[in-house]
Amino acid sequence: SLPKSLNKRESERKTADFFIFRSSLTMSGNKQEEDPRINGIKTKIRVVPDFPKKGIMFQDITTVLLDPKAFKDTIDLFVERYRDKNISVVAGIEARGFLFGPPIALAIGAKFVPLRKPKKLPGETIFEEYELEYGNDRLEMHVGAVEAGDRALVVDDLIATGGTLCAAINLLERVGAEVVECACVIELPELKGRQRLKGKPLCMLVEYR
Amino acid sequence: NSSKVSLDSETMATKEDVQDPRIPKIASSIRVIPDFPKPGIMFQDITTLLLDTEAFKDTIDIFVERYKGKGISVVAGVEARGFIFGPPIALAIGAKFVPMRKPKKLPGKVISEEYSLEYGTDKIEMHVGAVEPGERAIIIDDLIATGGTLAAAIRLLERVGVTIAECACVIELPVLKGREKLGETPLFILVTSDAA
Repeated sequence: SLPKSLNKRESERKTADFFIFRSSLTMSGNKQEEDPRINGIKTKIRVVPDFPKKGIMFQDITTVLLDPKAFKDTIDLFVERYRDKNISVVAGIEARGFLFGPPIALAIGAKFVPLRKPKKLPGETIFEEYELEYGNDRLEMHVGAVEAGDRALVVDDLIATGGTLCAAINLLERVGAEVVECACVIELPELKGRQRLKGKPLCMLVEYR
Repeated sequence: NSSKVSLDSETMATKEDVQDPRIPKIASSIRVIPDFPKPGIMFQDITTLLLDTEAFKDTIDIFVERYKGKGISVVAGVEARGFIFGPPIALAIGAKFVPMRKPKKLPGKVISEEYSLEYGTDKIEMHVGAVEPGERAIIIDDLIATGGTLAAAIRLLERVGVTIAECACVIELPVLKGREKLGETPLFILVTSDAA
């Protein structure tokens, strides 16, 4: 009973969504179209129970770094995705984002910008506050590192609640950069972090439920 | 020590000898911040190097050219700025990357080594099982100052039977004599700074 013109827009939108969804399948952990390298990476992630406190199953990526092939495959998957997307900034979140961000930045010819806990960066900084389970923390970025019009990727090892990534997006947008995507090795989908990314897409390799 | 595969003496040349033409651009991309973290300290800020795609690539390339094909199976990087330079080197030479971290950051079973600060002590930790006896390692950090952290990293790796072929840093502050703390382990650096 909707006017014909609305129906057409709705069906175009659904078609566009379908293609976006399908193209993200290879990176989404959906088993049908999973890149064959992903399983090798997944098996290298070590789960450490009760760290940092009881009840948390910690996703340890240091074991991926010990396997040169798995580590290389991880980086290659992201590089293949981003190399032709005109990304000028890779922002990595301290400290495990520093492990994955720089190799990606180097391979795609982008600057690497570290986003750090307070008082670590020596020059003039801007900060963004974000919530922890108890209290707040801050993420800082150097003034001048990122310019208006930069196209940015945000990289971290894992997305949980999405609070840190959201703070990172805010920092980059405040200086006029366009955040193209967030890239994480691991997602904990039950924590719904994906919904806290201000509408920005998330690319991840491995889900942990 | 004849059991080591030694890096040939030309590549061990210090800055005063033949300088790689990429070095001046790398040096000029480093920003000096006065009075950080406290008055009197001229802080060597490598974040500006990371913003210069050519300088960053050249930095990594110089290290990779030096260590590729030399039987290095471990690149150990000291938190947090060692995490920026270590992994690209490890990936390019086909070695594992082993993070060496401040206490309580690594989730699994760890071994620790204490080292002195100006006031008090700190610890550096590594996962048990990350490295195996007989492996050859390089240790990476952005800068060597007093050498305390690097010396602790050397001790930690040697305790589990690893040989350290070399320590590699972008910057050295020679006034602080950090090289002396490294014992027999050679040190390779790209840039020296008299600011300390």
